[in-house]
Amino acid sequence: MTDKTFSFSRRTALKTGLAGVAAIATPTFFIRDAWADDFCNMPKGSTVTLGFNVPQTGPYADEGMDELRALQLAVKHLNGEGDGGMLKTMKPLALEGKGILGKKVAFVSGDTQTKSDAARASAKRMIEKDGALMITGGSSSGVAVAVQSLCQDAGVIFMAGLTHSNDTTGKDKRAFGFRHFFNAYMSGQALGPVLAAEYGKDRKAYHLTADYTWGWTQEESIKDATEKQGWTTVKTVRTPLGAGDFSQYITPVINSGADVLILNHYGKDMVNSLTQAVQFGLRDKTANGKKFEIVVPLFSELMAQGAGENIKGIIGTANWDWKLDNEGTKAFTKSFGAEYGAPPSQAAQTCYVQALLYADACERAGTFNPTKVIEALEGFEFDGLGNGKTLYRAADHQCFKDVLVVQGKDDPKDKYDLLSIKKIVPAKDVTYDPSIFGGELGSKDAKKC
Amino acid sequence: MKPTTKLADLILLLCFAAAVAAGPVILAPIGAGYPDLLDKFVIYGIFAVGFNILFGLTGYLSFGHAAFLGVGSYAAVWSFKLISMDLLPAVLASVVLSGLLALVIGFVSLRRSGIYFSILTLAFAQMCYNMAYSVLTPITNGETGLRVLRDDPRVLDAALGRTGFTPSLAGLEMTGWTGYYVSGAILVIAFAISIAIFRSPFGMTLRAIKSNQKRMGYTGYNTRPFLLTAFVISGMYAGLAGSLLAATDPLAGAERMQWTASGEVVLMTILGGAGTLLGPVLGTGLIKYFENIFSAYNAHQLDVTFSFLPDGVREWVVHGLGLFVGEGWALTLGLLFMGVVIFLPGGIMEGIMRLGRLKRTPIVKSLGDSPQRDVIGERAIDEMPPEDGSAPARKEAPKGETHAGEPQKPVKSSEMKAATS
Amino acid sequence: MDAIILQIMNGLDKGAAYALIALGLTLAFGTLGVVNFAHGALFMLGAFCAVTLQKLLTLETVKIDPTRTTPWGTPLEIRTPYVQDMLGDWGRVLIDYSVPVSILIAIPVMLLIGVALERGLIRFFYKRPHADQILVTFGLAIVLQEIVKQIFGANSIPQAAPAIASGSLAITDAIVYPYWRMVYLVFSLLVIGAVFAFLQLTTFGMVVRAGMQDRETVGLLGINVERRFTIVFGIAAIVAGLAGVMYTPIVPPDYHMGMDFLVLSFVVVVVGGMGSLPGAVLAGFLLGIVQSFASMNEIKSLIPGIDQIIIYLVAVVVLLVRPRGLMGRKGVMES
Repeated sequence: MTDKTFSFSRRTALKTGLAGVAAIATPTFFIRDAWADDFCNMPKGSTVTLGFNVPQTGPYADEGMDELRALQLAVKHLNGEGDGGMLKTMKPLALEGKGILGKKVAFVSGDTQTKSDAARASAKRMIEKDGALMITGGSSSGVAVAVQSLCQDAGVIFMAGLTHSNDTTGKDKRAFGFRHFFNAYMSGQALGPVLAAEYGKDRKAYHLTADYTWGWTQEESIKDATEKQGWTTVKTVRTPLGAGDFSQYITPVINSGADVLILNHYGKDMVNSLTQAVQFGLRDKTANGKKFEIVVPLFSELMAQGAGENIKGIIGTANWDWKLDNEGTKAFTKSFGAEYGAPPSQAAQTCYVQALLYADACERAGTFNPTKVIEALEGFEFDGLGNGKTLYRAADHQCFKDVLVVQGKDDPKDKYDLLSIKKIVPAKDVTYDPSIFGGELGSKDAKKC
Repeated sequence: MKPTTKLADLILLLCFAAAVAAGPVILAPIGAGYPDLLDKFVIYGIFAVGFNILFGLTGYLSFGHAAFLGVGSYAAVWSFKLISMDLLPAVLASVVLSGLLALVIGFVSLRRSGIYFSILTLAFAQMCYNMAYSVLTPITNGETGLRVLRDDPRVLDAALGRTGFTPSLAGLEMTGWTGYYVSGAILVIAFAISIAIFRSPFGMTLRAIKSNQKRMGYTGYNTRPFLLTAFVISGMYAGLAGSLLAATDPLAGAERMQWTASGEVVLMTILGGAGTLLGPVLGTGLIKYFENIFSAYNAHQLDVTFSFLPDGVREWVVHGLGLFVGEGWALTLGLLFMGVVIFLPGGIMEGIMRLGRLKRTPIVKSLGDSPQRDVIGERAIDEMPPEDGSAPARKEAPKGETHAGEPQKPVKSSEMKAATS
Repeated sequence: MDAIILQIMNGLDKGAAYALIALGLTLAFGTLGVVNFAHGALFMLGAFCAVTLQKLLTLETVKIDPTRTTPWGTPLEIRTPYVQDMLGDWGRVLIDYSVPVSILIAIPVMLLIGVALERGLIRFFYKRPHADQILVTFGLAIVLQEIVKQIFGANSIPQAAPAIASGSLAITDAIVYPYWRMVYLVFSLLVIGAVFAFLQLTTFGMVVRAGMQDRETVGLLGINVERRFTIVFGIAAIVAGLAGVMYTPIVPPDYHMGMDFLVLSFVVVVVGGMGSLPGAVLAGFLLGIVQSFASMNEIKSLIPGIDQIIIYLVAVVVLLVRPRGLMGRKGVMES
């Protein structure tokens, strides 16, 4: 048993260290039963633990690492270290840079692997073992919905990271879940008029859609929005997730009579399908007497990096961009850049903002009790977090703010300068009636663990 | 082969049950003492124990067992949605459904053996996964996963006037520690059944198939029904595990059926020791531990842990260790796989057995009449050299020095020749 | 009609990639009897040979200008391309052709990696059970891809085809096909041809083929089969690597790309028949074409989701109807 005892003691050593940083991180089950909690993971020591659940392996690992960096930066700022970042620009602000409600902020991290099971296991570890009071992060809608429903059951607040599906705050919305990121419907609403202005009202669109929930909601949203502008939809084709080579789906586009290709793909699928569509000469083609165009409704900086040259001139939407000209963005970009030597991605920004918003809501509620925190977040209007005036709508826990229509830059200065902001679509143009997606929030009563 | 005594098996089972019962206390010091991870240990333990009945005994390597796990989960969630939140109908539905699926897939796949069998099972499982992820979304809810909703009908619960919203067994809610102990009890039962199968004439037959299927045929055995039974049993184990996964965490996602999930149970079993009773459970624990605990360390925590070191050294240490924990946990797991299989052919159980031998029995004099035992009544089952000469090769050390100092099984001279030829 | 021609081309192209990967896998798996789960990782390493060359060619000297800062607050770095400065126009040409040029790098590098793996690891597993081979090679695959992830990150890294081959050829108005995909097809046929020629026409190849049939007898004749097999494994690595290098302009490489191809390549090998090189090639092209046709809208609307499962469906049918695969010998790896 020699080698077993060795690893045993090393793990114990690591564990001891962990206990040092998060004093409450070691509540064993009998202690927890002995103490009467008002709600799950009520912080009792001098620290409060947040759980950062991000993809660290799998296709979105880079995005996940960027989120983790931003969240660590948020912890720093909340604890009054560093330059304060967006704490300097957020309005209204209840935080004072002394942790949350006087308790120092500590965090634990985990790997979602971009899989629902792994993400839930990781979130459960944070809740059951590390005593996390809030979970944030994530880079796909499937994972966000899965973790959100888990958090609802556990009575722990979930501040969603990068998730773009309508379902997250639509039919799968939960009282304990909040989303700052925009969704496919907003993408469609923002993109429709821009596309019509850019490419004309008489266009025939061909959709290639990733064959899973997010792809379908996006296809539907974009289809509706473009048809409202007078476009017709020639065909919608579902492609298997992770197909790698999309050639067999792209060649039929050539002779379909369509003059716009809309790629409802995300991540690696989008990088591959766009690269290949460009290779097939679609962008040099003319159809129906018009120049053939490709549209990618949602993309991120990392995907733009992956697609390289091919992203040039492609129109899509984004939640945020570091080149935005406002105080919050500048402050955040500066402190992020100073810390890590590169500007933040939109995934980083949404996670950072979510952490700040949660902390601020606790401060305003005067308690960590999730019911009160939920109420503090509901209907909260704020500014100075990089997206302009924003509303956390009470009805579906979705943020409403300006949506960016972005375009791949023709002459990027460096690898962080791939997108230019084509238009900022005001929040009122993308606001919708919460009832259109159905779903119910459910109970916001605090629960005991 | 001389059968082990009933007493030894009973002791093994009791020790196992005690270990499961004391799990929360034993595993707390290494940071694994919380319900969810322990749930995963025992549930995937059931999965691996079942897989081992097929692979460990017959040598048929299925690469599609995750399909049964997934179908079990879906069946359980549907049972929670339509019938009742009670565990029993869910387990029943899962086991029956995955058993049926195993019957169909097994019937077709078992027409082939060796690598062809593996690829056939893999192909079936991948088809199930791809369909579940996309076309079958009305049944599986695709990417988002199938969940229990408040407004589901739940006919039985409605009839009985029950309003509970968490899966339960006779009123015991399957959450937290209750969930763990219910699953743990099921694991112990599953383990007991597995021991019984290992020791039964049926188990013997399966082993005989592993040793030499052709000769089995010559003796007049029709091996297919035996194999199919083993396949269906292990499929039902997987279904059981799937239903428990759904019960402790009421969500069933398609990823559970992906080939990587099938691969995971293969790795768990081999890592622990295929063909041994305890091995699969140990392998499961190790892999799940890495996935959940090693991935959770981050640079910040390492920094704090090593704060006693001077700055320059600490940075270096933190950076070095950072490659292996957190986002690098998979690297550590990969290295572990390689290390175990290179230095401990036969998995962790072989390591434990070697240690046991080191302490107690210096060298077994004759292989024929003295079954190798370890401290806890485990017995190596690979005494009969398989046809492909794998057994002699096990004794052939990958590198001379790895076996240095270890007592070696005396090898019959004929086997020795085979190994060196 | 145009659509059918296009799908045949797609199928051939896809098949070329499948065939190349399966060919390498068959060399290791069908002949040495090693279930090599690291084969996908070798394909990925090949692709990263191209990435590495591109990174080397675009190395930049970084001068920090403390007087100016970037918008994110760090001192502005002035980057000047190094190789381009040094080599001038010729450097630019080199960068343009970095993918094909990396073939020259990939061959020795992959040979080295293959030989090192075989000598250092795989050869100890020839006589071990398949289960052990799976565990060790899967572990190896994880280690290799995690190392690549540590160095290059998890994001895809785009690789451009040379400008001359980056457009597409318009055969008719309706039939347009990218040059690079044609290059890939031709290239893979060349590689396949070279491997066959090597095995069929050289004495070395003859010994290897004899060794595949009966290792013991060849050994008894006083021939060092072990060393031949080392080289075969090296060749398998080269073939996988070359498939990876040339694939980069089609699918921007990332550390995980090997795993995506792993299952598929095993299916192709088994459908082709264990140990049969022509079988692997044939099965590769066949599955490529079948997959392309199954993805056609007309067929998808008839059987929804067929494109997702067709490869596995074909595999099941082939294995049941013709157990040894399309061109395999009877009884290879049956037990």
